[in-house]
Amino acid sequence: MMFNKLTKEDFKALESMLPGRVLDGKSINEDYYHDELGTAFGVPEALVKVLSTEEVSAVMKFAFDRNIPVVVRGSGTGLVGGAVAINGGIMLDTSIMKKVLELDENNLTVTVQSGLLLMELAAYCDEHGYQYCPDPGEKSATIGGNISTNAGGMRAMKYGVTRDAVRAITAVLPTGEIMQFGSKVVKNSSGYDLKDLIIGSEGTLAVVTEATLKIIPKPEYAISILVPFKSMKDAISTVPKIIRAQVTPVATEYMSQYVILFAEEYLGKKFPTHASDAYLLLTFDGNTREAVMHDMETIADLCLENDAIDVFMIDTDERSASVWSARGAFLEAIKSSTDQMDECDVVVPRSRVADFILYTHQVAKEVGLRIPSFGHAGDGNLHIYLCRDGLEDKEWEKRKHNAFKLMYDRAKEIGGLVSGEHGIGLDKRPYLLNMLGERQLELMRGIKNVFDPKGILNPGKVI
Amino acid sequence: MDILVCVKQVPGSSNVKVDEKTGLLVRPKKGNKLNPYDLFAIEAALELREQYGGTVRILTMGPPQAAEALEECLWMGCDEGFLITDRAFGGADVLATSYTISQGIRKAGPVDLIICGKQTTDGDTAQVGAETAEHLGIPHLSNVTRILSVEDGSVVVEANQENMIVKEKIQMPCLICTDSEVNTPRLPSYRRKKAMDDSLIHSFTLNDFEDKDNTHYGLKGSPTQVQKVFPPEKSTSRVMVEGSSEELAEKLGKLLSERKFI
Repeated sequence: MMFNKLTKEDFKALESMLPGRVLDGKSINEDYYHDELGTAFGVPEALVKVLSTEEVSAVMKFAFDRNIPVVVRGSGTGLVGGAVAINGGIMLDTSIMKKVLELDENNLTVTVQSGLLLMELAAYCDEHGYQYCPDPGEKSATIGGNISTNAGGMRAMKYGVTRDAVRAITAVLPTGEIMQFGSKVVKNSSGYDLKDLIIGSEGTLAVVTEATLKIIPKPEYAISILVPFKSMKDAISTVPKIIRAQVTPVATEYMSQYVILFAEEYLGKKFPTHASDAYLLLTFDGNTREAVMHDMETIADLCLENDAIDVFMIDTDERSASVWSARGAFLEAIKSSTDQMDECDVVVPRSRVADFILYTHQVAKEVGLRIPSFGHAGDGNLHIYLCRDGLEDKEWEKRKHNAFKLMYDRAKEIGGLVSGEHGIGLDKRPYLLNMLGERQLELMRGIKNVFDPKGILNPGKVI
Repeated sequence: MDILVCVKQVPGSSNVKVDEKTGLLVRPKKGNKLNPYDLFAIEAALELREQYGGTVRILTMGPPQAAEALEECLWMGCDEGFLITDRAFGGADVLATSYTISQGIRKAGPVDLIICGKQTTDGDTAQVGAETAEHLGIPHLSNVTRILSVEDGSVVVEANQENMIVKEKIQMPCLICTDSEVNTPRLPSYRRKKAMDDSLIHSFTLNDFEDKDNTHYGLKGSPTQVQKVFPPEKSTSRVMVEGSSEELAEKLGKLLSERKFI
């Protein structure tokens, strides 16, 4: 795809649209050259900070007319090189576009601009007695970023993922046209659901500028349990039994002592227990203490019947912070344990999680890489990290590719998919093709072409 | 070594609001919980037991439901609990509370080391520990950050005294108050909860105490009389004062005096 480079006149035109909010050359902070993981690299020619849907529309119309690529970026917390300007062009930064536009208590929705951070949205809802259900680990991500990857998070088991929580979006097409997809309605059987198509499209189909999100009255009570098992196999093999127990935990996470120790070092704070090498962390919520305790006790008994060493109760804000702060720091903690890392955000059927985790241990030995992992045992989404640990470039690339190939091939065999919530971006494209096959990719390219005939939106990503 | 930890049951949320019209506390829906500062004291006690053997007992004063706080301590690994509960103890201020607790400690039997938390999240006075020790006539130290060793009938500790860390060797029996965030408290065990033996919690009333004079307890024994509880006025105006700790103290004292707060 041939795109135009930005000229002086182009900068002038952008500056007239967004006075004082257009940066170029060295005035663009290097953080904008990469995302959180830093595997992909690209220098945008212009960084523009937008405040409204209308401004996004003006920039897109301009870029479309001038055939200039546009990459949308929120907080830059992505992990697959999705929001990196590999073709130069314009980087459209939505991070200062963060108003809460409306709280509709009759329809139980909140409408926000796409640059609002997940933690800001959660705090706003909490303050008004509501809960926005998706709970991705990276709280400083924008809601627009969450929508673009269909982020899942830790409450997916009970409440679903971002797609389940988005009622409507305002999006700008590559031509600059402003569109409304979906509405506040609860049901919708009105033709192809373009909203759901845009969710998870990683900024390749349209620019999401506003979202109307489903909220629920905040559950009054929540309790978590931390369950140590003798081995990871024992821990993970209990998960299918939990799923069959007709009690739906909000979250079911697995974690190893190995990863917990990194988090302790990273946070400079001890974890409340070192009882074993493998743990499950589960949360239950509800509107009465009795119901929540009943659910908790049902699963706690089941864990003990399945050889759990003990079940530790996390029933206050302080206890919750001591455990969940470690869980929230795992990614950063593993990152700080090595010079570089890459990740595999594979998702497999829940019944196969145990097999897959044990398989990653085998892969680690086979390819000669350290591969710690943690993740959402309850929904089959694993976060597996490949640590470089000082390897030379060539060797690192070779071993990394071997490890990815082995893991994605195994995922395909057992009915899994490439990404549960982090997306495809630039890094995971080859594996997506291998997993889904040419015909599915062809259908996706057809869709892309309908939305973006010039291919200016986030070119080179996803498909 | 036999350790006794004093704990308190407090409202489940630290953000307790006061009704502006009635002056009454608006109880949060979250129920009650063990005072978060006490968790550090319990953890310190359990770690000492692991190292030196002995027992960890807990004691609390409150209405009958305060037994829940003791149960939680047992689930964390403590050995036995004492609940001091009697209508006669209601409305106690810091002085009467610490006296009541000291009577409870005497009733609970000999002890080598008493550990309290820094303060509670509801009262926030941070005085009950020290005053209890005074009633018992034993040495005490607050803001203990580390317990270094137990030797020759003494406990060696470090304590944070604002602008210095002091190391003290204190003859036992003695009382220490742990600082906050000095360890990561262990979590209560569901296994222990299931195996819970109710006979491990004992109740004391006024009749069980050496001193049965009811004028020493509750409202009658409290020189502090609360006339009114009201939420503090909110103001965003601020004055920045700079300088060393000593200079700041002097300036602050002067400022408060000028404004007739002291």
